[in-house]
Amino acid sequence: MPDMIAGTPPSANNGSVRVRGLVKTYANERGHAIVTAAKGLDLEIQDGEFMVLVGPSGCGKSTTLRLIAGLEDITSGTIEIGGKVVNQVEPKDRGIAMVFQNYALYPHMTVFDNMAFGLKLAKKKKEEIREAVHRVATALDLDKLLDRKPQALSGGQRQRVALGRAIVRNPKVFLFDEPLSNLDAQMRVQMRSEITRLHARLKTTMIYVTHDQVEAMTLGDRICVMQDGAIMQVADPLTLYRRPANLFVAGFIGSPSMNLLRGRVHRRDGALWFVQDGQPGALTVPLTGQLEKRASRYPEKAVVFGVRPEHLTAAPGGTVTVPAMFTIEFVEQMGAEAIIYLKADGRSLVARVYGEHIYKPGEPFAIHLNPEQVHLFDAETGSVIEEQ
Amino acid sequence: MEAFRPRHWFFGLLGWLVALILFFPIFWMTLTAFKTEQQAYSPSLFFLPTLGSFREVFSRSNYVPFALNSIYLSLGSTLLCFLFAIPASYKMAFFPTRRSQSILVWMLSTKMMPSVGVLLPIYLLFRTAGLLDSISGLVLICTLLNLPIAVWMSYTYFCEVPAAILEAARVDGAGVLREIWHILTPLALPGIASTALLLIVLSWNEAFWSINLTSAKAAPLTVFIASYSSPEGLFWAKLSAASLLAVAPIMVMGWLTQKQLVSGLTFGAVK
Repeated sequence: MPDMIAGTPPSANNGSVRVRGLVKTYANERGHAIVTAAKGLDLEIQDGEFMVLVGPSGCGKSTTLRLIAGLEDITSGTIEIGGKVVNQVEPKDRGIAMVFQNYALYPHMTVFDNMAFGLKLAKKKKEEIREAVHRVATALDLDKLLDRKPQALSGGQRQRVALGRAIVRNPKVFLFDEPLSNLDAQMRVQMRSEITRLHARLKTTMIYVTHDQVEAMTLGDRICVMQDGAIMQVADPLTLYRRPANLFVAGFIGSPSMNLLRGRVHRRDGALWFVQDGQPGALTVPLTGQLEKRASRYPEKAVVFGVRPEHLTAAPGGTVTVPAMFTIEFVEQMGAEAIIYLKADGRSLVARVYGEHIYKPGEPFAIHLNPEQVHLFDAETGSVIEEQ
Repeated sequence: MEAFRPRHWFFGLLGWLVALILFFPIFWMTLTAFKTEQQAYSPSLFFLPTLGSFREVFSRSNYVPFALNSIYLSLGSTLLCFLFAIPASYKMAFFPTRRSQSILVWMLSTKMMPSVGVLLPIYLLFRTAGLLDSISGLVLICTLLNLPIAVWMSYTYFCEVPAAILEAARVDGAGVLREIWHILTPLALPGIASTALLLIVLSWNEAFWSINLTSAKAAPLTVFIASYSSPEGLFWAKLSAASLLAVAPIMVMGWLTQKQLVSGLTFGAVK
């Protein structure tokens, strides 16, 4: 993508977004609240930051974005953009631009008119409009398509027009509502890198909604993980991966998901063990080193033991050996790595093993893990157990 | 070669039969219009066509003012209908409240009331307001008659327009009026056009209120036809000629726009 910001003036105002106590309830036909899509959200997004809202469908992420855009009325709470409360401000006056999931281009207008529409409404001069549209169109490789109507464009081109329509308005904040979900896998990867580049160049605040954790991890400076209208954790991608705050985040981030085993902390012969629930063949893992410190606060209490598939290894080496023998149930060979589904006495674990070794179903598999990479969660609250 | 299918033949034949039955009165009227009064009473298909009835109709009454009134009436009431129907259906399609559906049904239910039931109050109201025998009065009554249909049809078409496109316009800086004018109306144009055609046809053919609320000045073509069924007896040839003159413009318009009209009426039925 050629240089795009040459000539694009930086946003005059600061594009920070602050959401406080945001509540949105939807009422049924009788006026009774039936769905609370946002349950008192607090979120601060710095100027120029790329914030991703991620979560399963129905978690309230799109609603939050639409509330920030002003497309829905807030039930209670405040939204500030650039330090100004915008609760009562029309979408057009919030200094935002939005890219929609299904592109939402104006089908009866050419690409040029689609991109120019906002500027025309803002009563900009014709010359200025033409110059701005051409500059952005060139940057997005759309300059040869300006006379076409949206229906004559491919999905990727349409999404670029939608992007161009947002860029040309030079907003303080970009809002993306699952913009890549209608594209095929290859196009999605390509557009993802274009958006990353776009953010690097424009340095404008971007709020991006997706249900795809790969998009979230690759795009976001920070990620806000949501569930049932509440924020589960806000952190940078690596922190989310390394130190999930609760069971939901632990299970949501990472693919395949983290192995989560229910059990309790058990003291035996002066040492602490994790003992999985159920008999027979319950998994027991010695809790040593750093794990011991954490587990010592939960003697004989219910906990959830979490370990990511990639942290279960076949090769011992300064790690804890789990005294249990698993057999390989089946293998998903990915080339550079293999996802191995393990089984022992009706219990299953997933391991991700790097290297081109060929694993066969039925083979025994001894698992090793590093206590540093194990997560313990309070089984009641779901929160992570940390050292005090 | 396609196999012989009795079922297809049967339904094909049935279709043609129904079409013929529907078309027959128009066909017979056209035929009678070109006969003399004596020939009009014989069911003969073969005769020497004459324009005598038309000449007599033109000499007896002035066709043009009636036709102009019909044009004013149908265009005026259609425009006025849209003036109310478009904002109303915009609101109901994109910002529905819990009462929107009931309001829609209620609007349509007003069409179920027999017009004659409100003739007297309307007549008195019109007399007091000085609207009797005036085009504006007739436009008003036709607008009220057709408004439910206009709202229902535009509502249906608007529901097919993706809300995200309007939201995009809102974010782009369009207010409600620009949103409706620049985005919604062009996108729903095929639907609006067929609604307009239907409204024009309905107003053009409206007879009950025209006959009861106008006499001379504002009388449209339906009154013109009615004036040919006089107490002295029916003159079939002249009546047919007058009727043909009255329906000809709307028939030509319907013929030219039938594709639009049919696609509009079945819009949304099949995706």
